[in-house]
Amino acid sequence: MRQLSTFTVGTHLFGVEVSLVQEVVRLHQMTPVPLAPPAIAGLINLRGDVLTAVDLRARLGLPAPEPVPAAGSGMREPVNVVVRLDGEPVSLLVDEIGGVLDVSQVPFEQTPSTVDERVRGLLLGAYALPDRLLLALNARRVLDVGMGDALATGREPARG
Amino acid sequence: MEAIDEIVAEFLVESHESLDQLDRDLLALEQNPGSRDLLAGVFRTIHTIKGTSGFLAFHRLEELSHVGENLLSRLRDGGIALTEPRSTALLEMVDAIRGLLADIEHTGGEGEDVDHADLIARLSALLEDGPDGAPIGQVLVEAGDTTQEAVELARMEQRLGDQRLIGAILVGHGATTPAAVDDALDTQAGLPRSVVDSSVRVDVDLLDSLMRLVGELVLARNQLVSRLGHGQDGSADSSLARSAQRLSLVTSELQEQVMKTRMQPVDTVWSKMPRVVRDLARTCGRQVRLEMEGRETELDRSVLEAIKDPLTHLVRNAVDHGIEGPEDRVRAGKAAEGVVTLRAYHEAGQVHLEISEDGAGIDPHRIAAKALERGLVSRAQLATMSTREILDLIFLPGFSTAEEVTTVSGRGVGMDVVRTRIEAIGGSVDVTSTVGEGSTFRLTIPLTLAIIPALTIGSAGRRYAVPQVSVLELVRLSGEHARGGVELISGAPVYRLRDVLLPLVRLDEQLGLVPAGAGDGRGGFIVVLQAEQQRFGLVVDDVLDTQEIVVKPLGRHLKGIPVYAGATILGDGSVVLILDAATLGRRANVVTAAARVPTVEAAAADEGVEPVLVVEIGGGRRAAFPLATVTRLEEVPAASIERVGDREVVQYRGHIMPLVRISTLLGVQGEPGGDGEGVQLVVHSRGERSVGFVVERIVDIATERAGTRSDLDGQALVGSVVVGDRVVELLDMDSAILAADPQFSADGHGQGGGAPSPASGARA
Repeated sequence: MRQLSTFTVGTHLFGVEVSLVQEVVRLHQMTPVPLAPPAIAGLINLRGDVLTAVDLRARLGLPAPEPVPAAGSGMREPVNVVVRLDGEPVSLLVDEIGGVLDVSQVPFEQTPSTVDERVRGLLLGAYALPDRLLLALNARRVLDVGMGDALATGREPARG
Repeated sequence: MEAIDEIVAEFLVESHESLDQLDRDLLALEQNPGSRDLLAGVFRTIHTIKGTSGFLAFHRLEELSHVGENLLSRLRDGGIALTEPRSTALLEMVDAIRGLLADIEHTGGEGEDVDHADLIARLSALLEDGPDGAPIGQVLVEAGDTTQEAVELARMEQRLGDQRLIGAILVGHGATTPAAVDDALDTQAGLPRSVVDSSVRVDVDLLDSLMRLVGELVLARNQLVSRLGHGQDGSADSSLARSAQRLSLVTSELQEQVMKTRMQPVDTVWSKMPRVVRDLARTCGRQVRLEMEGRETELDRSVLEAIKDPLTHLVRNAVDHGIEGPEDRVRAGKAAEGVVTLRAYHEAGQVHLEISEDGAGIDPHRIAAKALERGLVSRAQLATMSTREILDLIFLPGFSTAEEVTTVSGRGVGMDVVRTRIEAIGGSVDVTSTVGEGSTFRLTIPLTLAIIPALTIGSAGRRYAVPQVSVLELVRLSGEHARGGVELISGAPVYRLRDVLLPLVRLDEQLGLVPAGAGDGRGGFIVVLQAEQQRFGLVVDDVLDTQEIVVKPLGRHLKGIPVYAGATILGDGSVVLILDAATLGRRANVVTAAARVPTVEAAAADEGVEPVLVVEIGGGRRAAFPLATVTRLEEVPAASIERVGDREVVQYRGHIMPLVRISTLLGVQGEPGGDGEGVQLVVHSRGERSVGFVVERIVDIATERAGTRSDLDGQALVGSVVVGDRVVELLDMDSAILAADPQFSADGHGQGGGAPSPASGARA
């Protein structure tokens, strides 16, 4: 049985292996880290532990979000999907959390070639749900945000 | 007989041996009561029994030997003399210990049938001279529960015919509380409160789960507060807001306290070392004295756990391989007794542990030969290696310098394992050695969770923390100073600080938050930092607070950014990055390995000068505070000064701080100056207490040249000094502080800033 924990970023539905997900929390406070790669959203306080938060949108090179519609409270707390890999918890910032889906019976496909090549490396493949595609993330690759990563350069000021 | 743990068996055998010796020593002491050597020997034996029994959780044994140890410690220190009742009680204690040991041997437990309370009470009573221990009044005074005067008064009443006990009279006078008298009676009866009442054993798992729960509480608190802050209609219930505020404060406090429960002094590991050294020295035929400095240095318990074995190994090594035999030492012109020193301290956001001995030292030639023989290095490699690198070879796997396999080595832990273990927790270990003089192993251990004092600062709208160890001083850069004080030398900004040029680094530029040059000319603060023996000024927008922070390591994604030494969580739950002074300096090219800028301290030591804070006190007069006594400079609105009785006070950091006007203290004629808006304060803190000195204007920090002092009689003055070309009156801090707060020295804890103030030192 293969279960994925699902969430959305922009219009896409993503999933990671449910066993990797430690918990999902909404947190308001985020401490930005100057000099860090742009995919690093900052640091969060998870019950007294300091966790690095990776902005999945920036990591995947997706466009910035639409301005939040005026309806409702206005301020929306980012959703942190806390993924534990090699014993270290890291937060993935996503837009909305979905449910846990059992995908053992769902047809699995290669990542569509229309997807950006750099993003394709971060995906394991896609599950064709009846109504939409569920993109399975390669958590290890996604969290491997190096200082010299192709998607993560540009903002570091060039200083001696 | 049940199977007893090997370690317990060892303990029993050794204790029996030493108890026999103890009997003989105590009897010898009766013949020769002044012999400190005999006393020290007896004390050590009991101390060891106490330590080991505590370790093995034989609490009755521990309690008994603890009281005996107290008595012996006082005897050894000469506080009391060995009298017949004392030696009898001590001999009884030896018998009682023997009885307990026998019980342990036969049943594996201490046995419940024999009661030592009477003996323990007697031993405690004998701690003091006098027929029945310390009088109750004395105990109460020492505990701070009443005053000497009240006790005198009560005694007088007793002499005048009051039949009640001293305690009852004191309670009747309202001079103390019934609870305090109860405690004092316990103390008097020799129930060691410190051991029995003031601590409990707590399961570590429980502490960890407490920590997690507090974390959850903090989270919920934060959410509640932010929900209130962003109330939709803006009309949040004010009593709810107050409750939330209170919850918030209590939560922060709770978080801090629970975090502290995880910290333990390094002594919890070190306390086993005297025994290790003693046993090993005996086995190896060495004479070794163990000295320990910085026992109170706190480490997270997980770190302590991790360093225990490596540390023990290094100490064993120091005794076994470091210290020479007594004959060899005497031949080399050293004392027969070698010294192993353990030292611990916090520095630069890390814990440093040193294990040094004054033994033979490590001969690099021998190391090189051995490494070559073992095939660990090639001859060509050796030729290019420095002495330091050669010494470092001892940490390679498969290296052992022991000429023969002793019982001591052969435990499967080599130097390579020491290094592996220390590096596994992110630390490092290195060795320095001088042939003939000894070796020092230095462990540098990341704090992980260690608590360090730090300065929180603001830059570009964000907060950062700087470990206090790298902060030398703070300089305010007001608008006018910002232009006038900062000069450009070949394009690089410098600040002229007491005639020394201080290179400046703007934090916001270094962090890439603003383009280079954008912040020039703006005001703010210069945090003068010291890194690798060099000074530079970090320009920030705001200096917020100093507080103890708990250092958290950064995740692997951010390990590659050396500017950050870690992160911490402040009381409000927000995450703040901790800056690494050395890296910041190197990044900005103001700290290099080669250049050495003389430091203030070095300059001061060279020329015998002492930095002072010069202030204007009105009437054109100037006064100087020894800089070491100045905790902070503050400006408070004149309206915030309140009067209590005939004193002026101001609310300061949650306390009421007494004020003293220097102009009044020094009898300045005429109206005090100032525009009536802000009042300049020089704050002196010691422990929790602070006093504020009202001055007219802060002029500068200057160095006072020794020898320019002249004695000038005047209240609260030590004399006068020449600073620049003006005569400045040097304040006598002790009397100035007492003028503000007569209680200050009485119960200031004597810690922190200038307890022995330079001013009073100079007067002596």
